[in-house]
Amino acid sequence: MKQVSKLFRFLKPYWKKAVLSLVLLTAVVGMDLAIPRLVQRVIDQGINGKNMQVVLSTFFLMLGISVLDTVFAIGNNNYSVQVGEGVGRDMREAIFLKIQSFSFGNLDRLKTGQLMVRLSNDSGVVQRLYQITLRIGTRAPLLMIGSIILMFNTAPQLSLIMLPLLLITSTIIALFSIKMGPMFLTMQQKLDRLNTVLQENIAGVRVVKSFVRARYEGGRFEQANEDFTERNIRVAQLMSILGPILTFALNIGIVIVIWSGGLQSIRLGNLSTGQIVAFVNYLQTTIVPLMNLVNLANIWAAAIASAGRVNEVLDAIPEVQDAPDAITLPADSRPRVVFENVGFHYNGSTDGSVLHGINLTAEPGQRVAILGATGSGKSTLINLIPRFYDATEGRILFDGLDIRQVRQDSLLAHIGIVPQETVLFSGTVRDNIRYGRPDATDEEVVAAAKAAQAHEFILDLPDGYDTHVEERGTNLSGGQKQRIAIARAMLTNPSILILDDSTSSVDVETETKIQSALDKLMKGRTSFVVAQRISTVLKADKIVVIDKGQIAAEGTHRELLRSSPIYQEIFASQLGNGINGE
Amino acid sequence: MPDQPIPQRTASEIRSQMMRGGPGRPGKIEKARNPRRALIRLIPYLKPYSFILIIVFAFILASTVFGLIGPYLMGQAIDKFIAAKKIAGLATIALWMLAVFVLGNLCDLASGWLMASVSQKALKGVRHDLFGHLQTLSLKFFDSNTAGELMSRLTNDIDAINQAVSQNVVSLVASVLSMAGILIAMFLMDVWLTLAALAVVPLMLWFTQFVAKYTRKGFRELQKHLGEMTSVTEEAISGQRVIKAFRRNDSVIEAFRKSNQDVYKAAVYANTYALLMMPLTNQLGNLFVITIAGLGGYLALKGLVTIGTIAAFISYGRAFVNPLRQLSNIYNAIQGALAGAERVFEVIDTKPEIDDAPEAAPLDKVQGHVTFDHVKFSYSPDKPIVKDMTLEAKPGQIVALVGPTGAGKTTLVNLLTRFYEIDAGQISIDGTDIRQIKKDDLRHRLGLVLQDTFLFSASVMDNIRYGRLEATDEEVIEAARMADADHFIRKLPQGYQTMLSERASNLSQGQRQMLSIARAILADPSILILDEATSSVDTRTEVRIQNALLRLMKGRTSFVIAHRLSTIRDADELLVIKDGEIVEKGTHQQLLDQHGFYHHLYLSQFKGEQI
Repeated sequence: MKQVSKLFRFLKPYWKKAVLSLVLLTAVVGMDLAIPRLVQRVIDQGINGKNMQVVLSTFFLMLGISVLDTVFAIGNNNYSVQVGEGVGRDMREAIFLKIQSFSFGNLDRLKTGQLMVRLSNDSGVVQRLYQITLRIGTRAPLLMIGSIILMFNTAPQLSLIMLPLLLITSTIIALFSIKMGPMFLTMQQKLDRLNTVLQENIAGVRVVKSFVRARYEGGRFEQANEDFTERNIRVAQLMSILGPILTFALNIGIVIVIWSGGLQSIRLGNLSTGQIVAFVNYLQTTIVPLMNLVNLANIWAAAIASAGRVNEVLDAIPEVQDAPDAITLPADSRPRVVFENVGFHYNGSTDGSVLHGINLTAEPGQRVAILGATGSGKSTLINLIPRFYDATEGRILFDGLDIRQVRQDSLLAHIGIVPQETVLFSGTVRDNIRYGRPDATDEEVVAAAKAAQAHEFILDLPDGYDTHVEERGTNLSGGQKQRIAIARAMLTNPSILILDDSTSSVDVETETKIQSALDKLMKGRTSFVVAQRISTVLKADKIVVIDKGQIAAEGTHRELLRSSPIYQEIFASQLGNGINGE
Repeated sequence: MPDQPIPQRTASEIRSQMMRGGPGRPGKIEKARNPRRALIRLIPYLKPYSFILIIVFAFILASTVFGLIGPYLMGQAIDKFIAAKKIAGLATIALWMLAVFVLGNLCDLASGWLMASVSQKALKGVRHDLFGHLQTLSLKFFDSNTAGELMSRLTNDIDAINQAVSQNVVSLVASVLSMAGILIAMFLMDVWLTLAALAVVPLMLWFTQFVAKYTRKGFRELQKHLGEMTSVTEEAISGQRVIKAFRRNDSVIEAFRKSNQDVYKAAVYANTYALLMMPLTNQLGNLFVITIAGLGGYLALKGLVTIGTIAAFISYGRAFVNPLRQLSNIYNAIQGALAGAERVFEVIDTKPEIDDAPEAAPLDKVQGHVTFDHVKFSYSPDKPIVKDMTLEAKPGQIVALVGPTGAGKTTLVNLLTRFYEIDAGQISIDGTDIRQIKKDDLRHRLGLVLQDTFLFSASVMDNIRYGRLEATDEEVIEAARMADADHFIRKLPQGYQTMLSERASNLSQGQRQMLSIARAILADPSILILDEATSSVDTRTEVRIQNALLRLMKGRTSFVIAHRLSTIRDADELLVIKDGEIVEKGTHQQLLDQHGFYHHLYLSQFKGEQI
């Protein structure tokens, strides 16, 4: 409940339309309820009173009401749709903007898939709740209350007999709604289990086939299928009895009305035939909306879960934000980068820090290579420089200025990044190279591509620079994508460069080309390179070996080869015994 | 394609989810290409329950009849007793009404209850067949259909069938029956009143058509814009880090706003029409009652109908209009289900991978003498991948395959495991053509360690045991020890019982690889295939894994594919493959001495390292 009400703020811009929609709905319900009353008039005053005038005038009155009713119903429909869709749009935008403001720390916790689901599905579920509430959700209780009032109004003595029946029916509905929630939940869990087995068998088809596990997997699936079916049957059967129970209550009501109403009408004469017919009519209008309420309970349950997930995104605080008094880094500086006793641990993680006690200085133009095992913290280290994460201890200085005092925008303007995993965007090859500097001329794009060793293969593509990059760049090889990413970084002409050397399996020749492209890119820039290969390291001015979050050794290749056992080990692992490095 | 065999999953998966639950409710309306055929294919699944189905049908029929008698009795009660002021017999007729109503409800209850289990069981059968068939399909099928599409077939489509069978078919039968019954009853009671009331029907039909036309158009448009928005968002979210690094947030937000607005407009249009159905049919229901009251009143004054008839007509009227307005929904749902069924049967009808030859022999222990004899293969006829390949691996030998990306190395693995069938030539193990060996036996003798280590969401213990299901805990631990994985497994929160999450994100790449090696060790294959098994780990970890692998390779014929030449230097024979052909072969030293392509590769990889 609280989760949903927190999202009520999205209704605010549309409150006029929402209120109007509800007013129209109330009018529609009122008119719907007037009809049985008018039918009663036809019977009592018209037919029984033998008055054709009343029959005709009431008929036309009902027609008039019906036309007005239709107009109002269309109005309610249109406004409720506009409110619902408007809220949906605004919620999607809010979620999207929030995601755009996220720093890497936030993104680590919420995966792309999860965020996509929240942006589309979950916001859709909440939106549906609003839309339905403005329509049948409100209509059902209004109709019920209205017809109960009118029942009393028509024949109070009959209504009193009806009350216990309505009470029992409402209790049954309430019990149903309460029981269905958890049952739906377990059914969903069984379905998830079924889907997991399925997913694993599709994604892991090579493993399943090569270990000849078809029968075993068949058994797993059968088990999950059985569990799910069994659960599903129980839910479906429970659902199936609700309708008959409600109509049963309705029918009992009708019998009571005919019997006891009939007796009263005949014996006491205080009840007309028309009243009895109208009463039966109201009884029908009271019970049918109750069925809708059960559905509404399900929609609420789903909306509460979805609203919780939406709020989780909307309430997340971007971990890296500009200080209120942040200053702009001068555009043409070539800063000296200093790590001062820097430490880092992931937010909320308990298993110790990722980095600690890092002291490191990079002079302008220097090339710093960072070496270490998978998971040693070297990628984290370079992610601290552009403030993708903020250091949790110590500080990082650009020309003596703490980077947390600098606007991230101006900081990023200094930094060029070639990430480990190449991300290209839909658009042409040219658009992608130009991504970092949309105002670059075509000549500049070509120059960057040439420097990145990409020009030749780009010309070989079907449409050259205008070739469209397909989703996730599937029409380019890994090596080609990487060189486009290098050209992209080259074009922004950064003073500081961050390279996360990829371990992707490109073949040796491509690798050589990438290497020479990177060499060109690094020339004259302060570079931080997460390196896998000794060849990259050899040319570095400074090699930093990271082990378990600390700097284990620092120096040039020759120095480290002499002094650092870890470095010697890494070196040996790459060259094996065949060739001696020295 | 061949060297990157794992299909991209998330994108289309999310898309299908988005299409399902996004703002575009109540979803798209689609039709099967051949609804009749799809329907006929579904029937066998219901056949085991035909007896129950007959009972269900009988119950529905009975409930319809009871539903018709009820209002009739009510009319009689009003006319003959209440209006006539006759007490004697009122109690009797009221009791009759009660009996009829109760019986009707009981029939409803029974039919709903029975149908709920029948439809679920039938659907279980469809899922069973689909999964069973999926397992027999060739890798070609999995490579050419994304996981997202397949998942959608197995879940959404079956769900659509489920909805239709469990709810809509029953509603359809019940609706049609009761409408027919009501029509007869009404005609029997009063012809003129019936004709007047039926005037509403053409209005309703015309109106349904009108709404459906605009709704369909609206949803098509919405579907298109939703697709665009999904692309924009997916790219923006998955590329967020790069967008941030290049400070392009503003333009991304701009693009999103635009497509979000397009979706909004399309959704308002589509839903305004789609949701109009409900309130307007409600109005038509009112019109029905009004017509009967007005005309009925007129006729009653002329002495042509009674009040009881009017009351009964109003009751019938509601019972007639309700199913009428559901019909279009039911129709769409059934159409959607048949379209889903069609896609499901498309999978079931896909030919399974080539069956074992009838005379295929079982394969017991093998020596591991593998030969490729003039093997030819292509994924598509115009692009040969393997051209006339001949090679030999003697028992216990380590054969390394080297060459540029796309040269066809992984394809050779796919051929040896018979994931794909060769076009020409012959592959044999110990002199037997592998096509003459039972596929299961063949694969039992082959052990595969791939770059993409697939682990299941189960415990570490179970994941290793996947290699040999009947292995004891001790054997599993022993295999882990040989794979150099035991020490890190023991450090996990629950040791060997630690549950691995999907795609095993709680383990590092190297650790996952060690688990998959342990799994292969446990399987104890005669022939081992390592396809870029250590490519995604750093070199120091690689050395450790390498040692585990060397233990694994001991005494087995092994094929090793690697792009880091340092890892394959010790192979007994190196085959350099380029454009689907072997261009050089020999030991590391021999190949270096040849000063050919391998020499070139080797130098370029170690360039700069020899100062």
